[in-house]
Amino acid sequence: MAKNSRMTARRSRPVGRRHPLATIALIVIGLVSTGGAYALFSSTASAETTSAHTQASAEEGKKLFASNCATCHGLSAEGVNGVGPSLYGVGAASVSFQVGTGRMPLANQGPQAEQKPVQFTDAQVQSLADYVASLSPGPGIPDQKYLQGNGNAATGAELFRINCAMCHNVAGAGGALTEGKFAPALSGVLPAHVYEAMVTGPQNMPVFNDKNLTPTQKADIITYLKYLDKNPSPGGFDLGNLGPVAEGLFIWIFGLGAVVGVTIWIAAKAN
Amino acid sequence: MAQHDDGGDNAAAGSAVVKSEPPQASRGTAVIASDAFENPGLPPHRLRVTDIDPQKDRTAERRVYTLFYLSIVGSILAVAFYVAFPIIPGDTASVRLNTLLLGLAIALGLLSLGVGAIYWSKNLMRGDELSEDRHLTRGSEETRARSIEIFKEGNQESGFGRRTLIRNSLLGALVAFPLPGIVLFRDLAPAADPVKQLEHTMWAKGMRLTHDPSGTPIKASDVTIGSVFHVIPEGLNSKADRLEEKAKAAVLLMRLKPEDLHVSSGRETWNYNGIVAYSKICTHVGCPVALYEQQTHHLLCPCHSSTFDVTNECEVIFGPAKRPLPQLPIAIDSEGYLVAQSDFHEPVGPSFWERT
Repeated sequence: MAKNSRMTARRSRPVGRRHPLATIALIVIGLVSTGGAYALFSSTASAETTSAHTQASAEEGKKLFASNCATCHGLSAEGVNGVGPSLYGVGAASVSFQVGTGRMPLANQGPQAEQKPVQFTDAQVQSLADYVASLSPGPGIPDQKYLQGNGNAATGAELFRINCAMCHNVAGAGGALTEGKFAPALSGVLPAHVYEAMVTGPQNMPVFNDKNLTPTQKADIITYLKYLDKNPSPGGFDLGNLGPVAEGLFIWIFGLGAVVGVTIWIAAKAN
Repeated sequence: MAQHDDGGDNAAAGSAVVKSEPPQASRGTAVIASDAFENPGLPPHRLRVTDIDPQKDRTAERRVYTLFYLSIVGSILAVAFYVAFPIIPGDTASVRLNTLLLGLAIALGLLSLGVGAIYWSKNLMRGDELSEDRHLTRGSEETRARSIEIFKEGNQESGFGRRTLIRNSLLGALVAFPLPGIVLFRDLAPAADPVKQLEHTMWAKGMRLTHDPSGTPIKASDVTIGSVFHVIPEGLNSKADRLEEKAKAAVLLMRLKPEDLHVSSGRETWNYNGIVAYSKICTHVGCPVALYEQQTHHLLCPCHSSTFDVTNECEVIFGPAKRPLPQLPIAIDSEGYLVAQSDFHEPVGPSFWERT
């Protein structure tokens, strides 16, 4: 009898809405639906308010500009002769690159603006870019689809070799130019900044417009740079990728040093 | 003639070296030749710690055989690493690991072998100084006479001096046999006149300027101010000797503000609205000059830092180059594409012997 009742108890397990997993399923469904609805709502909302948002951002950018940039570039970005260039037509891409990499605001006049810790938050950089872009049309912030690093690394490498390697070194290690100027190393630079630099030609870098290197070709170059970042040199210690100078110096000092040391040891008398 | 110096009799050591008299100065010269070098002999023999202390001797012995065992370990490790960490095609990290481990293991094997051998000889092998006499370079009179005799005998037996016809024909044959080599190797040089090849490039009237490497033509409107384009002549990619042609015909295209350009007379029509094209081949030793600074308009050669000023028709402002970069005269065709007006007006690249 007792055995029989245990059997029925086992057979009549809670099913349907009384199942212990039902609560969890209910919570999951609830979360997904509210989250989805929110995402749907917020995306449509942002699409509707983009222009208004940009407007507000540009207003914010104008204030930032007046307090941080106007000394050199003029109160309405018209430029100050001999101090800072006019920013009409440089576009959002230029601002995003110069301010986003910390090159601007400039610490002091020198051969070229050097990279330093970024002075503004991403939102503030965006505001400044919106403000400068609102003055006059210019190259905009690049489309995300070109920055993913999913292009053709081999094509990118060939284009890099032809267009970039003479200054930036074939492994992107950078190199010297005239009178204290230099082409910076490219490892670890954000794809957006690489793209913006190509489009705007900051400082002494030439401009590579979309007719010279198409956006797809720029994406290939970014892919190549990402490949370089991800794949360490197969030769081991790369000595800064500077080629024969660094390697020659290394072997001259350490290789010959070792040879001299061993020779002295061989010729010296034992104690 | 070698003799061991066992620490005691130093005076004898080294005394077997033949002393030469100082050269006598001829009368009238002011050279004083009396400072002949005196043989100082060997320094006193000093015993090593391994000679005195048996404990140290055993330690040294232990070190030597440990090094040799280490060498065995290194060699075996090299084989083990080669098997355990193979090179996987396409995976550069595996190449790096493979070569690194192989190198370390082989270095361990060879270095400990060498260091062990040297350590053994320095600390444990017989350690007293040894001097060995030099002998004179000149042979004895007897040897010299005999060698002359051998030559004479050889001449007599072969009849080399007597049978003049044989001798002369042999000399003739020896002179003649390198001739085919000289003629054949001479033909390894380019068949066409190298001077002509160096003086001219692929560029010709109406040939379009195209992108390197794709070969798509460039419109004048594509070249915005501050741009730099790397240019090859149209149709280069379909040529069999495209690399040779590219090495001469590569061109750098830049656009400056027209008022920045200082154009000399005779070249007024060579640029198009501030778009200028210059040979990319350095006039120093032929490296590609392509480091263009868009603000200063300087073109820098990466090899020896020759710097060219684009605003002044690429005159040399720094570095070892002696001549400005040759300019390619350009124009636009009916469709707005950039074309060459002609070839370069002078040979591109570094100087060569017959360059006029």
